[in-house]
Amino acid sequence: MNKARQNPLNSAAAHAVLIVYTIIALFPVFVIIVNSFKTRKAIFREPLALPSADSFSLIGYRTVMEQGDFFLYFQNSMIVTVVSLFLVLLFGAMAAFALSEYRFKGNALMGLYLALGIMIPIRIGTVAILEMMVASGLVNTLMALILVYTAQGLPLAVFILSEFMRQVSDDLKNAGRIDGLSEYTIFFRLVLPLVRPAMATVAVFNMIPIWNDLWFPLILAPSEGTKTLTLGSQVFIGQFVTDWNAVLSALSLAILPVLILYVIFSRQLIRGITSGAVK
Amino acid sequence: MTALTLSNVCKSFGKVDVLKNIDLQVEDGEFVVFVGPSGCGKSTLLRVIAGLEDATSGDIRIGGQLVNQTPPAKRGIAMVFQSYALYPHLTVRDNMALALKQEGQPRDVIDARVSEASRMLNLEPYLQRRPAELSGGQRQRVAIGRAIVRQPKLFLFDEPLSNLDAALRMNTRIEIANLHRTLKGSMIYVTHDQTEAMTLADKIVVLRDGRVEQVGSPMELYNNPANQFVAGFLGAPSMNFLPAARVGAEGGRTIGIRPEHLTIAADGPLSGKVVHVEELGGDTNVIVDLGKEEKLTVRLFGQHHVSPDSPVSLGYDPQNAFMFDQEGRRVA
Repeated sequence: MNKARQNPLNSAAAHAVLIVYTIIALFPVFVIIVNSFKTRKAIFREPLALPSADSFSLIGYRTVMEQGDFFLYFQNSMIVTVVSLFLVLLFGAMAAFALSEYRFKGNALMGLYLALGIMIPIRIGTVAILEMMVASGLVNTLMALILVYTAQGLPLAVFILSEFMRQVSDDLKNAGRIDGLSEYTIFFRLVLPLVRPAMATVAVFNMIPIWNDLWFPLILAPSEGTKTLTLGSQVFIGQFVTDWNAVLSALSLAILPVLILYVIFSRQLIRGITSGAVK
Repeated sequence: MTALTLSNVCKSFGKVDVLKNIDLQVEDGEFVVFVGPSGCGKSTLLRVIAGLEDATSGDIRIGGQLVNQTPPAKRGIAMVFQSYALYPHLTVRDNMALALKQEGQPRDVIDARVSEASRMLNLEPYLQRRPAELSGGQRQRVAIGRAIVRQPKLFLFDEPLSNLDAALRMNTRIEIANLHRTLKGSMIYVTHDQTEAMTLADKIVVLRDGRVEQVGSPMELYNNPANQFVAGFLGAPSMNFLPAARVGAEGGRTIGIRPEHLTIAADGPLSGKVVHVEELGGDTNVIVDLGKEEKLTVRLFGQHHVSPDSPVSLGYDPQNAFMFDQEGRRVA
């Protein structure tokens, strides 16, 4: 920031607000991670203390590794999240391109219809979805989850991406047409790279709810082979006894992959923002 | 041979008629400029010729072939856009080569044409750069290069100079004129700038509200405008219009006098008050208020000192005046 326009008081206040917010936001994560490395007694005696030589224990992680097939759950969650995100971005971007680029009868109506899903929670249709999955024999498969999450993510993706696609220069697309590029090439090679920041936004918005979802895995794919991480962690939470070491360890591990995915996408976000600003 | 023939071309968007019965011929090697105020349909006409928009009715022939159903890439045209429209992820060389690759030209042909075009446009030092690393003028030259390598039957330019600053605009204008001389290609050029139209064109097409108002060489249109609109549109400063009765002229409703044909003369028939003086060095524009909201511009060659608010009398040569009837048609 420019020195001449900088007021030290304002700047200090801004930083204070940001620091307080960061502490509030990160505190639960901090508590989870710290306590996952402590003995059960230490967790209850001093929940906020850092693990000491006395209270340090990997018992939680050991339980997680030994009980249930944790790596399989992990893999399931990863497959479901990545494949759903890929499908949401692919089909969302294609629909958005069609809506923003082509004039056809009912264009506005179609856009409205596709955006309707933003307002209606997909969980309302759970019973119908379950019936459909049973009828098509998809219960207890990862495919069932992928299909549901793709449907859940599409409305917002179409809505956000079509707004961004409208801003892509018409001249550029027309230049491609005159040079003999197919509509698919124009879409994949010219338009998609230019809306990459918007794609990253959509990806981040969709990723976290899918990763954390408990509802649909519980209903559509509760079998041992298709459990997701969130569902798998529930074994440690009982009605009368909860293995807090294991729960906290499982949660700590579950944070990692989302964190990595988020870093990848957010870098795209930042690159998109700055490249637009300095042009 | 004719490079382009439009017969009875119409275009409507929903209920709005943007182009109305356009008939036009562009001869081989001709430089034709479409000019008109914004919203007159000149860009739409260019897009219809390019195939980016379908004509609602009428025939479009390029090089004698009917192309109404032909996709843009197969029409034998190349287009230069106002916003350059370079592919941001490709180098200058690949930008120029892409269309040829799509056509399936052999590698040596592509290389030869790209190096020929880059030599012509002085782009050789920049071939490995991406568009983001070029200045505005360089980008526009790449866009022109991309059109040249295709060796099209017809070049289309859509306001190519509008995004450049004044000095660069003049240089690029001269470059385009030179290019037309060396390539001898048929070109269609859309602009709203009448200076570009006058300096570049073999033939100017003046458009208004989707209709062709007049077609002719720049001097033909300047010396012999068909109507009040064309007379007022071409020439800077633009032509002065007065009710004919005001100067006692016969045979029309409105009289039009170009600013350079008005003189300051003590015994002139028009008298008024100087409201503003623009001294440009080479010439001086004097704006005179005749009262009743009527203002005239007088263009004096050389430097003259006229003080605002001084009374002044104006004369003109009736031979250089134009008469228009009620509908704005030229009558004398």
